[in-house]
Amino acid sequence: MTDTPFVIAGRTFRSRLIVGTGKYPSHTVMAQAHEASGADMVTVAVRRVNISDRSRESLLDYIDTARIFILPNTAGCYTADEAIRTARLGREAGLSNWVKLEVIGDERTLFPDNEALLDATRVLVKEGFVVLPYTNDDPIACRKLEDAGAAAVMPLGAPIGSGLGIQNVNNIRIIREFSRVPVIVDAGVGTASDAALAMELGADGVLMNTAIAGADHPVAMAEAMKHAVIAGRLAYLAGRIPRKMYATASSPVDGIIGPARATAGQP
Amino acid sequence: MVITLNGDRFELEEPMSVNALLAKLEIDPRRVAVEHNLEIIKRHRFPEVVVNDGDSVEIVNFVGGG
Repeated sequence: MTDTPFVIAGRTFRSRLIVGTGKYPSHTVMAQAHEASGADMVTVAVRRVNISDRSRESLLDYIDTARIFILPNTAGCYTADEAIRTARLGREAGLSNWVKLEVIGDERTLFPDNEALLDATRVLVKEGFVVLPYTNDDPIACRKLEDAGAAAVMPLGAPIGSGLGIQNVNNIRIIREFSRVPVIVDAGVGTASDAALAMELGADGVLMNTAIAGADHPVAMAEAMKHAVIAGRLAYLAGRIPRKMYATASSPVDGIIGPARATAGQP
Repeated sequence: MVITLNGDRFELEEPMSVNALLAKLEIDPRRVAVEHNLEIIKRHRFPEVVVNDGDSVEIVNFVGGG
């Protein structure tokens, strides 16, 4: 079955799976997991260089930037101003004008502050950024972000790193219905079926970090996620059957051999 | 002289360019972004922008994240 290409802001991606670069046991395992995932976009964080200890290898040494597009995030920012500043620094460090925009509203849930997120989106869009905002699973918030010029909307499935899977299936479906920009389910995926479900609901892509990096075998999980996203997308395109309360037989009802009966001539 | 480097007090003998500061810190200028007194410095301006006493400098790079 042919699919439409996955395009964000005019750039086409081969994979609908976007993966992170955080929390892997090592850079080597991360690189292997990236390879296994098939992803051609990965997220990175922007942080102060450690002045006293620069012995650690650079993350970028382990990312094949010829094949993989780097998406800087503004993780850890709690105000629009911090997020804007971080986005600008990320642009300088990475030489691309794309940003995964996060403005966090609460430490325990890491839920987005949608008001500040909207403010930051407006400013960065005006500055020419391609803004991919991490947002609540709220169709109205997503609509406002799209109207503000977001290149995609990235509703959460569940809190970041929680692995709870998609908590509000109907909202993701409604967001897909409302949006004219790509919808990427970002955060909350725990295992392959969660990613498949996101795609079955019509999401254009899925972004995850912890589900792969935190698995016992990150490389194997990355491969599982690759297949889950492909399977979920195909199932969405194929059009699932409606849900029904009662059974409908799959095998013909005609010609059934039937129960054994006493026949003539037998004792 | 003293500057604030990535939020911490840092001593320098004399004013120097951003390029010279990065060289002194053994940081590859191609891998970082630099903010000088809250203004982002484009990479091609690293040799000309001078860090003076009391200035604030932020040097950032990419690390793992989601």
